[in-house]
Amino acid sequence: MKILVPVKRVIDYNVKPRVKADGSGVDLANVKMSMNPFDEIAVEEAIRIKEAGKAEEVIAVSIGPAKAQETLRTALAMGADRAILVETDDEVEPLGVAKILKAIAEEEEPGLVILGKQAIDDDSNQTGQMLAALMNRPQGTFANTVEIEGDSVTVKREIDGGLETVKLTMPAIVTTDLRLNEPRYASLPNIMKAKKKPLDTKNPADFGVDIAPRLKTTNVSEPPVRQAGEKVEDVDALVAKLKALGVA
Amino acid sequence: MAASNPGMDEDVFAQFLDQLDRYVRERLLPAEPDVIANDKVPDDILEEMKEMGLFGLTVPEEHGGAGLNTSQYAQVVYTMAYAAPAFRSIFSINVGMFNSALKNGGTPEQQAEWWPRIAGGEIACFGLTEPGSGSDSAAMQTTAKPDPDGNGWTLNGTKRYITNAPHADVALIMARTEKEALPKNAHVSAFLVPMDTPGVSTGSPDKKMGQAGAHIADVMLDDVHVPGDALLGGETGKGFRFAMMSLDNGRISVGAASAGYARRALDSALKYATERKAFGEPIANFQLIQQMLAESETEIYAAECMMRDVTARVDRGENTIRQAAAFKVFASEMCGRVMDRVVQIYGGAGYLAEYDAERFFRDARIYRIYEGTTQILQLQIAKHMLRDFQANV
Repeated sequence: MKILVPVKRVIDYNVKPRVKADGSGVDLANVKMSMNPFDEIAVEEAIRIKEAGKAEEVIAVSIGPAKAQETLRTALAMGADRAILVETDDEVEPLGVAKILKAIAEEEEPGLVILGKQAIDDDSNQTGQMLAALMNRPQGTFANTVEIEGDSVTVKREIDGGLETVKLTMPAIVTTDLRLNEPRYASLPNIMKAKKKPLDTKNPADFGVDIAPRLKTTNVSEPPVRQAGEKVEDVDALVAKLKALGVA
Repeated sequence: MAASNPGMDEDVFAQFLDQLDRYVRERLLPAEPDVIANDKVPDDILEEMKEMGLFGLTVPEEHGGAGLNTSQYAQVVYTMAYAAPAFRSIFSINVGMFNSALKNGGTPEQQAEWWPRIAGGEIACFGLTEPGSGSDSAAMQTTAKPDPDGNGWTLNGTKRYITNAPHADVALIMARTEKEALPKNAHVSAFLVPMDTPGVSTGSPDKKMGQAGAHIADVMLDDVHVPGDALLGGETGKGFRFAMMSLDNGRISVGAASAGYARRALDSALKYATERKAFGEPIANFQLIQQMLAESETEIYAAECMMRDVTARVDRGENTIRQAAAFKVFASEMCGRVMDRVVQIYGGAGYLAEYDAERFFRDARIYRIYEGTTQILQLQIAKHMLRDFQANV
C-alpha cells in the first residue's frame, strides 16, 4: 500500500506574524518558514504505518513555490520515500489543492491519504474534506488514533464531546489532530540520505484542473490588542462594573 | 597542516542546524530540571542524541559520521550550548579531542575500527591530566611498558578530571614510553584503551560546582594489558603531539560553548528585565540595566565573530594555535562577565537557586579553566608572538 501525505510550507509556528501595512496580507519577507505542524504529524503517522509493515511507500507532495522543496526535504529526512512538488507562485485555495491532490491520487492510487486537519496560516480546515468528497472516498477527520486492519482503517476522531470511532474502507482520507503522535526529529544521517531521494517537480497545468481562486481577500488586520484589566474593591463594585459594561 | 575542508553540503547542514535548534528548544530546555534533579542526562534523550547523529558529527562520512568541518562543528556546539552544558558534554569528547587525535594520529586500521564505533554512540574519554601533571608532560607518571614477549603494552597509572569517564566505552590514554623526559615530549605515547579492559577502573564521579549531569572521574590503570595495535599511529613518542593537536579543537569547542551559553543567559536576562518591575515600570527601562544588556550583547557578538574567523581558518588549513587559544580565552572570560551581569540584572532573584541565573553563573565558571586555563593560554599566545617576532628581526 502507498500512503500519500500532502505537506504545506507555512510561516513557522514560533514566529509572531505581522500584517503588511497596506492590509493586503501577512508580511512573509525574511520570515522563517516550516512545515505545517499538523502535516508533520501526518508524515510521522505515515512513517509509523510503514515501519509497522502496513505500507510500502510514503509519498510526500507539496503545492507551492520552489522553496517548498525544503519542506519536502524535511518530509524525506523524516522517512518519506519520495516527493512531488507541484510548483506555483500563485495562491492555491483548498478547493484547488484538493483537485490537484485528486489528480495525483488517481495516478498513484494510495490506500491512504493522510493530511493535516488544517494549515496554521489560513486555518481553512477544508482540504481533506473536499478531497474526500471529490474522490467519493470515506473520510476520518481530526484523527486521534489511526489503526489499520486488512483493507479498513479505524480512526478515533476528536469531537466536541470526546472521541468518536469510525471504521473506513480503504482507500480513505484521514486528517490529523494535534494529539495523534509526536513527530520525530530528523537525524543527521537521514537528512543526508534525503538529499538523494527522488523529488519530482510538476506544474498545476500538468493536471488540467481549474485552480483559479474563488475567494478574494479584501483586508487583513491585526487582532485587537487586549485591554488591561481593572481591579475592584469588592463584589458590589464588581457587579456595578459588570452592569455598567452591560454583561450582567 | 591539512588541506581545506569544505565539510558537509551547506543546504543539508542548514537543514540539520534548523532541526537541532528546534530540538534544543523543544526537548532539551524542558528536560533541564530533570538533568539537574537527577544529575544525569535522561536515557531517552541520550538515545535520541545518538540517533540524531550527534556522536559522529566530525567523523568522516565513509566511516559512519557526518563529516562536518570545524566551522560547522562549532556551530553545532554553539547551538547545543544554549541548553544545559551536560547535553553537549556527553558527546563533546567523541566529536572533539578523540576524533581529532584519531584523525591526526590513527592508522587506517585504527580509524576503520574506532570511527564507526564512536559515530554509533560509543562514548569516548581523553586521558592526559594526572594528579601530579597537566600541561607539563615531563612530570607524567602513567607508564606504558612493552611486554617482554614483544607485541603488546602494559599500562599503569592514574588519570584525573577525566570528562565522561564514568560513561566511557573507550579512552585515549597518554602514557610515557621512556623513563627520561625527551625533547618535544617524545617520551609520551597515546593508547586506545577499551574501558572494559581488565585493570581499568574509574573512581566515583567528582562533586562539582556546576554543570549538573556532566561527570568527571579518575581513571585508574592497574597492569592494563593492551595489544600492540592499541598504540595510536603505531609509533611511540608522538602521543603528546597528537594530544596537543587535539587541544586546538577542544579549545574551539569550549569557546563555542561559552558563546552559546552566554547567549542563553542574556536572552533569559532580557526576558526577566522586561517582566520584573521596580518603581512601577520594567527594570529594562532603566539605563544602568540597559548598559549591562548592551555590554553583554557586544561581547557575545565579538566572540561569535572570533568563532567564525578561527573556524574558517582551520577549514582553510591554516595553523591556528594562537587564534584558537585567543578565542577560548576571550569567549570563556566574556561568558564569565556576562553571567555575572545576568545575576546582577536578576537582582535578589539572581542569587536564588530557584532562578536560572544562579546555575548559569556556576556552570560557566569551568569554561575559564578546562582545555587550558586562561593563564596558560595567555603564556602560549605570548610565546608564539615572541617567537614570531624574533624570527623576523
